[in-house]
Amino acid sequence: MTSLAENVGVSLVTPKRVGIAGIVAGMVAFWVALPPIHVRNVVVPVVLAALAVAAGVYATRAHEVRVGWGAIVIGFLGLGGAYLATRSNMESLEIVFTWSTLIASMFVFACPLMFAAVGGIFSERSGVVNIGLEGMMLMGAFWAIWGADRTGNWVTGVLVGMAAGGLLGVLHAFFSVHLRADQIIGGTAINLLAIGVTGYAFVQFYGTENIPAGVSQIPRLQMRFLEEIPIVGDFLYGAFGRLSVMIWIGFIVVIVAHVVLFKTPLGLRLRSTGEHPRAADTVGISVYGMRYFGVTLSGVLAGAGGAFLSVGVISSFNENMTAGRGFIALAAVIAGNWRPFGSFFFACLFGFSTALAFRLGDAYRDSVAGLDVLAQMLPYVLTLIIVAGVIGKSIPPAAAGKPYTKQ
Amino acid sequence: MTEGPERQVPPLEDPPAPTTTAGRLHVAQRAGGIVPPVLTAIFAFLMGGLVILASGANPIDAYLGILEGAGINWFWDHLGNTDVIDLSTFNFTQTLLRATTFALTGLAVAFAFRCGLFNIGGQGQYTMGVVVGVWVGAYWGDALPSGLHVVVGIVLAGVAGALWAGIAGILKATVGAHEVITTIMLNWIAFWFASYCFGQGGPLQNRNVGQESVPISDSVYDNGVFIPVLWGDEGLQALHYGIFLAIASLIAFYLVINRTTLGYEVRAVGFNPDAAAYGGISVKKNFFLAMAISGLFAGLAAAVDIYGWKYSAGVLDIQASTVGFVGIAVALLGRSTAIGVGLAAFVFGALDYGTTRGLDPEVFDPTLAGNLSLMIQGLVVLFVGADLLILYLWNLRRKRFASPRLSGKGV
Repeated sequence: MTSLAENVGVSLVTPKRVGIAGIVAGMVAFWVALPPIHVRNVVVPVVLAALAVAAGVYATRAHEVRVGWGAIVIGFLGLGGAYLATRSNMESLEIVFTWSTLIASMFVFACPLMFAAVGGIFSERSGVVNIGLEGMMLMGAFWAIWGADRTGNWVTGVLVGMAAGGLLGVLHAFFSVHLRADQIIGGTAINLLAIGVTGYAFVQFYGTENIPAGVSQIPRLQMRFLEEIPIVGDFLYGAFGRLSVMIWIGFIVVIVAHVVLFKTPLGLRLRSTGEHPRAADTVGISVYGMRYFGVTLSGVLAGAGGAFLSVGVISSFNENMTAGRGFIALAAVIAGNWRPFGSFFFACLFGFSTALAFRLGDAYRDSVAGLDVLAQMLPYVLTLIIVAGVIGKSIPPAAAGKPYTKQ
Repeated sequence: MTEGPERQVPPLEDPPAPTTTAGRLHVAQRAGGIVPPVLTAIFAFLMGGLVILASGANPIDAYLGILEGAGINWFWDHLGNTDVIDLSTFNFTQTLLRATTFALTGLAVAFAFRCGLFNIGGQGQYTMGVVVGVWVGAYWGDALPSGLHVVVGIVLAGVAGALWAGIAGILKATVGAHEVITTIMLNWIAFWFASYCFGQGGPLQNRNVGQESVPISDSVYDNGVFIPVLWGDEGLQALHYGIFLAIASLIAFYLVINRTTLGYEVRAVGFNPDAAAYGGISVKKNFFLAMAISGLFAGLAAAVDIYGWKYSAGVLDIQASTVGFVGIAVALLGRSTAIGVGLAAFVFGALDYGTTRGLDPEVFDPTLAGNLSLMIQGLVVLFVGADLLILYLWNLRRKRFASPRLSGKGV
């Protein structure tokens, strides 16, 4: 692949493209060693990885530093992964890399991130940094399962969770907009508060017992017709045929968010308060109103994401069960350049790494002691790398984090 | 201040220059002194009282129970007398034990804060300190004489914290990755790393016969590596000499921040990185140093815990620990000053022990109270962040008295 890109006509070969081709080659180096291709000979990945590194070095020399280093790192990672894969037994590899299951699992882990990230976009686009996504998700998680337990219906449960997240959103908006409090500190306070409130309510309502079994759960959307499709039918059904309803709602939310933000007057107003509030104010847009709207909506959406964690995945609640997902969603917002589709992509990437971590743990638990625990680091390490890699390329809304004083 | 809605007062100019969190807090501090933090704490406790009321208990009884659980009654029972060992004395030593840790994790947040960085990764830095502290203390055998061994352990745990925070510092300095996200990710990486180390089959899991399935490390105490007891019964988590390490750290913090070039540069970057850079100060270097020194404090907190009274660490300890996050509330309530952090650490030490172990379950359910203490921390952080409101009121009053000091400078 790389060689192709490198040999095509001169005008097409820019250092950046060579670097990108190198990144692709590095990924392919790993991919060929996995099912269903299963290259067992390490030479093929070595060649591909070498191409990736060479392309990376070339791009770095030509001052495409970021892409170049990306290609070099991914080349080495691809080589390492491929080497491990060729040494592993086939059965374990098949367990990990059943692509249809892996993709379905990716969506499960990506879903809460999608909701929270879209929420984060609305908040930040309106000019309020929302570190409190984590706490809003946690509120959503607890109150959704509480609602589902009390009413016996997952729909009301999710709505209660969204309302709880929205409530924290209003609180954050009040402190950030009206009191002009520091938004980073305010968000941290929201997170601490949410841990305290959900923990308190959990003990108060459920004591030492856990949430009773059999709480109404978000159903899956069965799409048997996908199986009928020739050749790829099994894969499509495995990957998309049994996804939770909430995941499909998540897809819709991403699309709607894009349309609202970039194709409607409301979105234009919201973005203008995040870029230049004074100008927006001058033309009669209510900056405070827009910011309240953005932050509250972010709470509602993060609450929905949290609700999926409790009512959608495990039908239970653990203290602090969001485990940093709010921050991963924030990383997806930044890496996705404050755009719904970009953030969706990174949410899926983080979801994929989580899914991979769980499957790796399952497959190799017996052969490598403690791997199931160590693998859990994967999404966090990936987030760290991506945040480090994309910053500077992505441009935040100009007024994000700055309180606005009405004239 | 009692003149009613905001709208009637003349609008402020844009808030005076500070663009960073540290700069803003500094202005707020100048404006209000010690009053806002105290008001903040009182308000947070009042809100907590409402929560207690809502759950059907008597808030006054609950708070009295928490005070007693924290051993505050020691002050009027035996002040100055350290020979009596009774419940209030014991509770009081436990409060001080926790205050020792919180002072250090508070400094871990405070130092970065003075440089305009928000280190919410104290938890992860503490965790790495725990891992290294346990490794040095319990797994190095008797390679060193025990006195030196403790010192080496404390230093290496501090270095571990510093390196862990340094990662976030480097990322901030080189590519500008926001420290809030990177430190949170580092927290979780440290969490899983420690869970692996102390967990089933992990490298630091205990070697005791019959405890092969217990996910807990060997004891540094059994290896003879620990900090001696200062006050109390050695078998009962007594107060150890590590409290002096915390006090020394507070003093060192004060001296470094206020009396050294490093402290000057750190504060300059904290107020306004652009201006500091214009003045010839390396912003990147200070970002990294501030994070590393912050991490050093968190690592020291881990060291005093491990060598002072915990002696071993397990997966459950790692999961349950929140000391790094308490540090945020401590630093903010203490306004990132040495004395403020010391006092706030005592308040939160008392709150922490008083709401959990020390609390009489007859008075108020400790599991509820433990979460109450989290809520109070959250409220404190919330209101501290919002004291621009207080600054605003203060500014108005100053304007009324026509004193140009605050509003005139640097606008």
